[in-house]
Amino acid sequence: MNAPISAEAWQAIGLTLQLATLTTVVLLLVATPLAWWLSQTESKWRSPIGAMVTLPLVLPPTVLGFYLLVLMGPQGWLGKLTEMLGVGLLSFSFTGLLIGSIIFSLPFAVQPIQYAFEAIGKRPLEVAATLRARPMDTFFTVALPQAKAGLLTATVLTFAHTVGEFGVVLMIGGNIPGKTQVVSTQIYGYVEAMEYTQAHWLAGGMVVFSFAVLIALSFLKKRTDRVLG
Amino acid sequence: MISAPDLCLNLSLERPGFRLDVDLKLPGQGVTVIFGPSGSGKTTLLRCLAGLERARGQVLVGGQTWQDSAKQTWVPTWSRDLGYVFQEASLFEHMDVQANLRFGLERVKKTGAKLALDAAVTLLGIDHLLGRSTHSLSGGERQRVAIARALATQPDILLLDEPLASLDIARRLEILPWLERMHRELRIPMLYVTHTMDELTRLADHVVLMDGGKVSVQGSIDQVLSDPVFAASVGGEAGSVLHGTIQRHDETFHLTCIDIHGSHLWVRHQPLDPGSPVRLRIHANDVSLTTMEPQHTSIQNILPGDIISIHPDSHPASCLVRLRHHDQIMIARITRKSVENLSLDVGKSVWMQVKSVALAKS
Repeated sequence: MNAPISAEAWQAIGLTLQLATLTTVVLLLVATPLAWWLSQTESKWRSPIGAMVTLPLVLPPTVLGFYLLVLMGPQGWLGKLTEMLGVGLLSFSFTGLLIGSIIFSLPFAVQPIQYAFEAIGKRPLEVAATLRARPMDTFFTVALPQAKAGLLTATVLTFAHTVGEFGVVLMIGGNIPGKTQVVSTQIYGYVEAMEYTQAHWLAGGMVVFSFAVLIALSFLKKRTDRVLG
Repeated sequence: MISAPDLCLNLSLERPGFRLDVDLKLPGQGVTVIFGPSGSGKTTLLRCLAGLERARGQVLVGGQTWQDSAKQTWVPTWSRDLGYVFQEASLFEHMDVQANLRFGLERVKKTGAKLALDAAVTLLGIDHLLGRSTHSLSGGERQRVAIARALATQPDILLLDEPLASLDIARRLEILPWLERMHRELRIPMLYVTHTMDELTRLADHVVLMDGGKVSVQGSIDQVLSDPVFAASVGGEAGSVLHGTIQRHDETFHLTCIDIHGSHLWVRHQPLDPGSPVRLRIHANDVSLTTMEPQHTSIQNILPGDIISIHPDSHPASCLVRLRHHDQIMIARITRKSVENLSLDVGKSVWMQVKSVALAKS
C-alpha cells in the first residue's frame, strides 16, 4: 500500500505553504499603506479604488486568472515587458502564481486593516499631532499599534485564503508538479486520476487546517479585544 | 518684568450651516474662558487655533506666527508649541500611563524635560498612577493624566476643550481643585472652553462669550459677568463676582465675615485665615433693591450701591440693573414693575439685599 501522503503531495504542500507565506508578507506590505490611504482620504478616487480592491472578492477566480494569463502571456504587455527584461514569461511559473495570489487575496488583506484604521477614529491621531508627532510618526506609533487586531485578522485570512485558492492557480500555474502544483490543484489531479485515497488525505487535511485557522482567528481576536478593550 | 505677549486670533471658517468669524486679542497670561451655548463655535475656535481645522486668517501666539493666510504661512499642528486637552481624556489605549506622559515630551526635545514631567505629575497629583495601565483609571484620573501629558511638553499655551464635560458631578468636583491649582501655579496662558457657569466663575480671569460663531462680549471676568448682554444670555445663572478679604469668624453661628470696602457680607464658615483674599459669586436673582435702608429683615447681607444702568432682560417682565459698590460692579435682576414702582433710575442710590452669597474661589 502507498504512503497516505505521497512525495508528490508533500511537494505540493510545501509549495502551498511557500506561496501562502510569500503572498501574506507581500500583501501586508502593500495592503497596509493602501488601507491607511483608503481610511484617511477624502479624495474622489477613494470609491473607484476601493471598488477595484474589492473586485477580486466578487469576480469568479477563473475570470481573474484568465486576464492575468493573457496579461502575462507572450502577447500581453506584462509578458512582453518581462521577456524584454530577460526574466522570461511569468505564466506557468511560481512568480506568476505569486502575483495572481496577491491580487486574488488583496481584499482579504485590505479590508480588515482598513476597518481597523477607521475604528481608531480621528481623535487619537489629533492627540498625537498636538503632542508633536508628525504624520509618519503617528502612523507607526499610534495607528499601527491600535490596528493590531485588524492586522492579525488580515494575516490569517490572507494566508488561509491563499492556501484555499484554486481557480486562479489553475489558470495561471497550470498544475505543474514541483513548480505550480499546490494542494488544491493536486486534489483535483488525484480525483481526475481516480486516486480517491490520496485525494481523501489531502482534502481531509485541508478541512482540519481551515478549521484550525478559524479557531485560531477567533482566539486571537478575543485576546486582542481584551488587550485593546 | 516684560509683559507677556498677547494672543491674536483673526479667524474665519465656513462650514455647512455654520460660520466662525472672530477677531480677538487676548492676554498672554491667566485663564481665558471661552463661554457660550453648544454650537456657538467655542470648540471650533480652539481647534482652529491648534491647526486641527484649517481656517482663514491669522494666529499669533507669544510673538510667533502660527498661520497667516495673507502671507501663505501655515504651521502644522505638530509644530505649534501648544498643549491640548480634549473633552474626553483620549489617552493612548495601547500605552500605559508612563508611556502616555512621555509621548509628547520625547518629541519636543526641550531642556528640562524630566523636571517638567515631574512638575506636571506633582501638580496633577498622579504619582501613584504612573505604573498603571490606562484601562484601570477612573474618568477623573484619565483626564488628569491627559492634562499632565500636555503640560509635560512645556507648551507656550494650554488649550482645554471642556475637560470636565464628559465626567459626572463627583468627578468634576474632584478635578476642579487641580485646575484651580494650575491656575495659581502655572505661568502660561490657558484657553478654557466650557458652558458651565461654575467652571467660569472659579477659573476665569478673562471671558469671551461666543454666540453663533461670533464673539458677543469679552473682557475681564468682573466686566463680563456684570455685562447685561452676558447676563441676559445666561438667564438664571447671571450674577457678578465681588472681591473681598476674610475679616473674622463667628464661632457661635458658624459664619465668616467678608470685608468689601468696609461693608460686611456674612457667608457660611470658611476654613480660611483672616486677611485671605476671596472671590464671591452673587446671582443676579438673589439681589433685591430697596430705596430705604432695610431693617427688621432676615437678610444679613446688605450693601449700598448706585445704579449705573438699567437693561432689558431676555424676558420682558424683568430687567437687569447694574450697580456700583465702590469700584466693584454688581448686577441685579428685578421686575420692570419694581423699577417703575420704586422709580429707579440711573444715578440713584439704593440698598442691595443679597439673599445668598457663594464663595467662588479662595
